[in-house]
Amino acid sequence: MVSLSSYLILSAILFSIGVVGFLLRRNTIVIFMSVELMLNAANLAFVAFSRFLNSMDGQVIVVFVMSVAAAEAAVGLAIIMAMYNTQKTVNADEMNLMKW
Amino acid sequence: MLETVLFVILAVFTVVTAVLVIVQRNPVASAIFLILTFFSLAGIYLLLHAEFIAAVQVIVYAGAIMVLFLFVIMLLNLEKEKRLVARSRLMKTVGVFLGVAFLIQIGMVFQQVLLEGTPGNFPPGKVAALGNTQVVARLLFTDFLLPFEITSVLLLVAIIGAIILVKREI
Repeated sequence: MVSLSSYLILSAILFSIGVVGFLLRRNTIVIFMSVELMLNAANLAFVAFSRFLNSMDGQVIVVFVMSVAAAEAAVGLAIIMAMYNTQKTVNADEMNLMKW
Repeated sequence: MLETVLFVILAVFTVVTAVLVIVQRNPVASAIFLILTFFSLAGIYLLLHAEFIAAVQVIVYAGAIMVLFLFVIMLLNLEKEKRLVARSRLMKTVGVFLGVAFLIQIGMVFQQVLLEGTPGNFPPGKVAALGNTQVVARLLFTDFLLPFEITSVLLLVAIIGAIILVKREI
């Protein structure tokens, strides 16, 4: 039987990897992937708690988190596309204009 | 015993592929490794007896969202990055420091507070008898009906927003 804390530690490690990727990488697409990693770490914590607390609410919340992640990916990638069309770059350091 | 072995294998695979996501120069390789991360996470959800979530993880995350990512990467036709991380040394140190600090913080919280709260009324045996998907669906359409409906509005807003953002003239 794997204990709850092993799942939570795995979730914490995944979240930290996502944070480091978000802060260090400059490619906006990879930054978005890091955000997906962090969302997945949260999902893992939700599912682990729902399992060990005999409750199904956590799994329902995970469904909502996934739909939010899908919406976020769609809008975020649309922003990246619009940015690329005007600025010809996806580098976060070079995206320094609010309008053009 | 088998559960522990499977958990260790899947956990190590998840962490390794997650690290590979953020150290790849080529965004396509990052996306492929992220798909592998999602697949091993789906395996971990199976270990936790969340079959519905595991299926949705593969279908929605590894299927829909990552196809969207790959589609955009290939549409933009990016070259490999010459510089993997931020230019300034300060940003690098602060980034790594914050990541490690975060990990320690979360680890300390998990050491102190474990499983506080009242157990719910879905013990594993009952869920197995009813069927995981059925239990999730029943909750989704009874207790969580309002959030469920709001989610549909959220998705509609996302659709409209994505179209408006990429359309050249409205």
